[in-house]
Amino acid sequence: MTELAPTLDARGLLCPLPVIRLQDAVRTLADGALLEVLATDPGTLHDIPAWCRVHGHSLLESHHENKDLRFRIAVRRQSQAQRSAKDAG
Amino acid sequence: MRNMDTASTKAAGPAAKSRPKAAALISGGLDSMLAAKVVLDQGVEVHGVNFFTGFCVEGHTHAIRKKDQAKDKRNNALWVAEQLGIPLHFVDVVDEYKDIVLNPKHGYGANLNPCLDCKVFMVHKALVADVLDGGFDFVITGEVVGQRPMSQRIDTMPVIARESGADDRLLRPLTAHNLSPTLPERRGWVDRAKLHGFRGRDRKPQIALAHRYGFTEHAQPAGGCCFLTDAKYAAKLQDLWNARGQRDYEFDDIMLLKVGRHLRPAPHYKLIVGREEGENNFLAGYRGRFPHLRTVSHEGPLTLVDGELTTEDALLAARIAARYSQGRAADTVTVRLNRPGAVAEELRVAPLPPMELPTAWHVGG
Ligand code: SF4
Repeated sequence: MTELAPTLDARGLLCPLPVIRLQDAVRTLADGALLEVLATDPGTLHDIPAWCRVHGHSLLESHHENKDLRFRIAVRRQSQAQRSAKDAG
Repeated sequence: MRNMDTASTKAAGPAAKSRPKAAALISGGLDSMLAAKVVLDQGVEVHGVNFFTGFCVEGHTHAIRKKDQAKDKRNNALWVAEQLGIPLHFVDVVDEYKDIVLNPKHGYGANLNPCLDCKVFMVHKALVADVLDGGFDFVITGEVVGQRPMSQRIDTMPVIARESGADDRLLRPLTAHNLSPTLPERRGWVDRAKLHGFRGRDRKPQIALAHRYGFTEHAQPAGGCCFLTDAKYAAKLQDLWNARGQRDYEFDDIMLLKVGRHLRPAPHYKLIVGREEGENNFLAGYRGRFPHLRTVSHEGPLTLVDGELTTEDALLAARIAARYSQGRAADTVTVRLNRPGAVAEELRVAPLPPMELPTAWHVGG
């Protein structure tokens, strides 16, 4: 059974607003925290994974749920310096 | 006057830090991408900042229109950040930006684009952006002297630096050789010799630099990021202000101006007719708040009504809705008019012949 996570409801919002709301929600969460996002704009299928990659968060899954899109994200706190060091190494 | 003077107190400089931190304005276009890359390559910690004003071409239109959905739906600013390997911070400035659009101290460009005030605002916001403790040491933009008639002139570029509060902490790497050395150059955080001296509207130097970096696939073309530069959009915004007798707008207003065919048969109401399925779906989200028409005897678009209809207006509006339906050549079309909170009415009307639809009713052409 999957762990319960808070859900951000970004349904009805058009890109880039779902990503902006996601960014604001993640800002309040600690490393390792889980967050679910519900969205309707198909653009989120592209933008949410890209945003996660850019910030180093883990997108655990994304799938269609009736007419909605559901994403499950694990917050990863890593400084830019750490990331750059990793990139360099 | 907007207060831009907090910038100087926020950014302390990297004296005690290992690496200077810079905020790069990332629009999704090529110039800001190159500018960030030039500085990133010099070992500076660069963060992308992208502003959501509500007028951005990014996102919404792509999401709304089916024909655009067929194209790549990516967010260009995010794509740029990913190519560069930098984080991207979105800043929602919809409310604050209103003052820039409605009262630009430096006026408008060719349409309703307040580019100079907009740049001042964005550079200031980027410098003090609350995404890192203590803000950024300097700001990077992709501006090039002589590229844009309003904000990118040799005499207006210092205005942006001064009024944003960034002063010499505003670095334009693509055109730096045409300007005085900035703080990051003087402190040695970036090597001025590795910056550029691009000037004017010629895009060849940018294309060549992109090639050098191996950016074979380009982001959106320069200047294509904001609806306020679009003549048709600006005409619709001006029409909205004229009709309401005041210069103001809400978020929904500026969203709706991006969608559909806008027709104003009389000063007190406007019709927004969906042009395709994606637009109809988007407009459907506003059904609870606006009177709307839908043809029932024939397939047809959704038409939203911005304003109040008299009985006579309702008949004309129904004839216009019918004109854009599959029943446009029929003798009569049945149209359902819904007003929020009222019982729906069915109107049987003759579609308005195209000749009876004056071009002057088309807002924004
Ligand atoms: S085009 Fe739009 S976003 Fe760009 S500077 Fe001008 S007003 Fe600002």
